[in-house]
Amino acid sequence: MKHIALGMFGAAALGLMASAASAGTLDTVKQKGFIQCGVSTGLAGFSAPDDKGDWKGIDADFCRAVAAAVFGDGSKVKFTPLSAKERFTALQSGEIDILSRNTTWTSNRDSALGLDFVGVTYYDGQGFMINAKKLPGVNSALQLSGAAVCVQSGTTTELNLADYFKKNKMEYNPVVFEKLEEVNAAYDSGRCDAYTTDQSGLYGIRLTLSSPADHVVLPEIISKEPLGPAVRQGDDQWAHIARWTYFALLNAEEAGITQANVDEMKTSTDPNIQRLLGTEPDGKYGADLGLSNDWVVNIIKAVGNYGEMFERNVGAGSPLKIARGINALWTKGGLQYGPPVR
Amino acid sequence: MASQEILRQEPGRGSFINDPKIRALFFQTLVVIVLFVSIWWIVNNVIENLQRLHIASGFQFLRNRAGFDISDTPIAYTSDATYGRALIVGLLNTIIVAAAGIVLATIVGFIIGIGRLSQNWLIRKICTVYVEIFRNIPPLLVIFFWYSGVLAVLPPPRESYHLPFGSFLNQRGFYFPRGVWGDGSWLVLVAFVVGLAMAWFVAHRARQRQMATGQQFPVFWTSVGLIVGLPVLAFLLAGMPLTFDFPKQSTFNLTGGFQIKPEFLSLLLALSFYTAAFIAEIVRAGIKGVSKGQSEAAAALGLRSGPILRLVVIPQAMRIVIPPLTSQYLNLTKNSSLAIAIGYPDLTATAGTVLNQTGQAVEGVFLMMIAYLVLSLVTSAVMNVVNARMALVER
Repeated sequence: MKHIALGMFGAAALGLMASAASAGTLDTVKQKGFIQCGVSTGLAGFSAPDDKGDWKGIDADFCRAVAAAVFGDGSKVKFTPLSAKERFTALQSGEIDILSRNTTWTSNRDSALGLDFVGVTYYDGQGFMINAKKLPGVNSALQLSGAAVCVQSGTTTELNLADYFKKNKMEYNPVVFEKLEEVNAAYDSGRCDAYTTDQSGLYGIRLTLSSPADHVVLPEIISKEPLGPAVRQGDDQWAHIARWTYFALLNAEEAGITQANVDEMKTSTDPNIQRLLGTEPDGKYGADLGLSNDWVVNIIKAVGNYGEMFERNVGAGSPLKIARGINALWTKGGLQYGPPVR
Repeated sequence: MASQEILRQEPGRGSFINDPKIRALFFQTLVVIVLFVSIWWIVNNVIENLQRLHIASGFQFLRNRAGFDISDTPIAYTSDATYGRALIVGLLNTIIVAAAGIVLATIVGFIIGIGRLSQNWLIRKICTVYVEIFRNIPPLLVIFFWYSGVLAVLPPPRESYHLPFGSFLNQRGFYFPRGVWGDGSWLVLVAFVVGLAMAWFVAHRARQRQMATGQQFPVFWTSVGLIVGLPVLAFLLAGMPLTFDFPKQSTFNLTGGFQIKPEFLSLLLALSFYTAAFIAEIVRAGIKGVSKGQSEAAAALGLRSGPILRLVVIPQAMRIVIPPLTSQYLNLTKNSSLAIAIGYPDLTATAGTVLNQTGQAVEGVFLMMIAYLVLSLVTSAVMNVVNARMALVER
């Protein structure tokens, strides 16, 4: 009996420990001194290591922005490369603090998976890529009936693909791999006729193929893919920090605050900019979030505003050369809209 | 005086603590209780934590629409089917590749194993080299070797290799004509079953007659005649109700006919060639394990070398071979989960997709573990029956 009692006590202690450990991601992050950020295993423009091993891309930069908001230093991030299949478990189990890995926001993921999406850092849509040299007559996805299609498993892409072919009464032959590199290799070797994933991804992947010029991205967009970072559900404070980091990036672009002029802007008399940069005399918008009042200054110094992040990683300043399109600010006809900091 | 007291206490009502039976019972009960309490605690903890993290739990998801397609479907499956059905498709794919792999590995393994004992220097050395190469390479590399090294370098569909009988070989797999049975083909099936039954009956009577009179009967050729001849006769009588669906070139792939996909082919070849190396060594050990006196005695009785191997050596070798062979079969089945690396939709791959689409990792992994456990237990149960039949029957 003594042993059982001891066992029960041990069990109870373990149970208590388990619930204590999950309280407050912000405190845990501050204690360990860095943010553990889940990224892809290598998708150009979103999260991919460069030749020096530094992670580049919008998704990687978003984690740096959060680190800057929390620590005032954008370099306090450690990256965990995850496959599509591993990503949610990694976040649920607490292995990572934030999942910033070109992940589509869906109702199921928001509810049943215990995730909380922060916002849409990139509005995307699923498309198809084919080898135009091998398939000269094909210029529409509707001509793909009977094709073998390469796709990554465990993605919304896989589901949209099934829906699209079903809706258009076409047949196809799925060739499914778990890792992005395996899908790329199979497509490059000619195992499939078409490659499907988010259009931004297709442009990135095309650059890595053996002869990029032979491949074309077909015009059809078959789905909505709002890509954004996610945090664990049930930690409101941490979710707010991530969400407002994203909004701060948008608001900074809207107000014309850039990495280059952020220090000058601190002397601005525009109340909107003062509130954003924490220079308003009695403002404590940062402190309310659990951060310092100059949190936005730190974010912009680390990664620039949203527009700068976009141009540097996927836009004109990158090999991908993707136009802003619907990812432009609402003031320029796009969908990116940051609620006000006040 | 003291020793007398102890002697008097021994047979009487001794303390419970010193009674070995009660002590054993107590500790066994304790272990069972601790075991159940910890299982209960683990399960409870998991459920509690899932709820706390707002993650759905339970097995209801098995009845929801899957929404994804699977490339190899031995049973009818569309994206409208349920997650449960997707898992069954995955399980069947695992069973198919494991069963085919076991047959192929056994055949190759026996040939190589016997080859290693050959009198011929060249055959012996080739078999040794085979064993040393394949058993020293991790199975995953063997799979990649077949997939990326052999099958991926085949020509694209438009430049397929044309093989005899209207079959094709290209990057997308091996295509051959599929038989389409017409009206009256049931007659052939009936003839086949009847042939089998008659062959079994003939063999049974022949054995009885040999036991009674010592006279032999050409059982083998009679059986071949019955099993092959009867269906052929029925086929001709029914007016040859068989047509072939030949693979044809279409926009993207070959359509029609029967396609064996490169993922399946490379997995099957890799698993069987890898496991065959181990089976070869087991077979060699089994044959070496039969004492030389056995074949010498058989030779002294006037048997020739063929019957000596078939009737004396192999039956005794099988007793040594079967137990380790079972382990190899189990290994092959479990190694088939490496299919995920090349995209063959086996149980691990489909269950992985299901658990990712539903987010219910705990349930998904649990189902996978149960499925592999049951597969392994069934395999070893079958092999235990075979082993029992092979065991020495003492008279």
